[in-house]
Amino acid sequence: MGPVELTFSALPAHVRTARLIVTAVARRSGVAEALLDEVRLAVGEACSRAVEAHQRHCPDEPVRLELSGTGRRFEVTVSDTVPSEDAGRGLPAEPNGLEYALGDGTADLGLAVISGLADDVEISTTPKGVQIRMSWPAEEGVPPQS
Amino acid sequence: MDLKVNDYTTDDGLTVITVEGEIDVYTAPRLREKLIDLVNKGKFHLLVDMEKVEFLDSTGLGVLVGGLKRVRAHDGSLELVCTQERILKIFRITGLTKVFGIHDSIAEAEEKRKGAK
Repeated sequence: MGPVELTFSALPAHVRTARLIVTAVARRSGVAEALLDEVRLAVGEACSRAVEAHQRHCPDEPVRLELSGTGRRFEVTVSDTVPSEDAGRGLPAEPNGLEYALGDGTADLGLAVISGLADDVEISTTPKGVQIRMSWPAEEGVPPQS
Repeated sequence: MDLKVNDYTTDDGLTVITVEGEIDVYTAPRLREKLIDLVNKGKFHLLVDMEKVEFLDSTGLGVLVGGLKRVRAHDGSLELVCTQERILKIFRITGLTKVFGIHDSIAEAEEKRKGAK
């Protein structure tokens, strides 16, 4: 199945929309029903992380999502445009009180959830931003449904 | 999808918070506000009923951990009711099953609380 690309404003409300789209495309790409929950959660985590990073550093820049179902894998790449020197491990270390501390803990939990759920994960940090690529097995030759 | 958060306090002093819907980066602040509000009102023994939660991500986990930190500062407790495998899995992956008391039902949590007294 051909690729699907999605860019969305870095708003928390859009993360749910992104999850719904990813789940729909994953199903259409032949990902087993039993895995769809994992896809939905892992991609949601990656999108949340990107949205939060953008809100801190570049709220006007959109978050980018690429989905492709080539071969026997369904692959998702979530890209932010927060430069790596700002992102560090994807998190700024600004001691701004409890809410910030909790935010940091949450993002760490997010990466733990992604690595626990995605079948295959690759996180690359470049000067342009952070890319999280995840993939799951998919059946080939799922006929398109109208 | 809206997040519905309601609460009541039993005669025993346990505040039960029922959460319904999806807890994510968009809706989690509402749960955080509720937990902060309850602690500010002197409710330090909290039980979060997750049985009607359809989706939970790390933002939601962070809010629960934050709530736990707050009540512990007052010698309180924050425990959960959850039997849904898809939600329990997230607690297991992140190691949080060791941090939260997780019960099968509100009644079971109340019984254990009485037994511990």
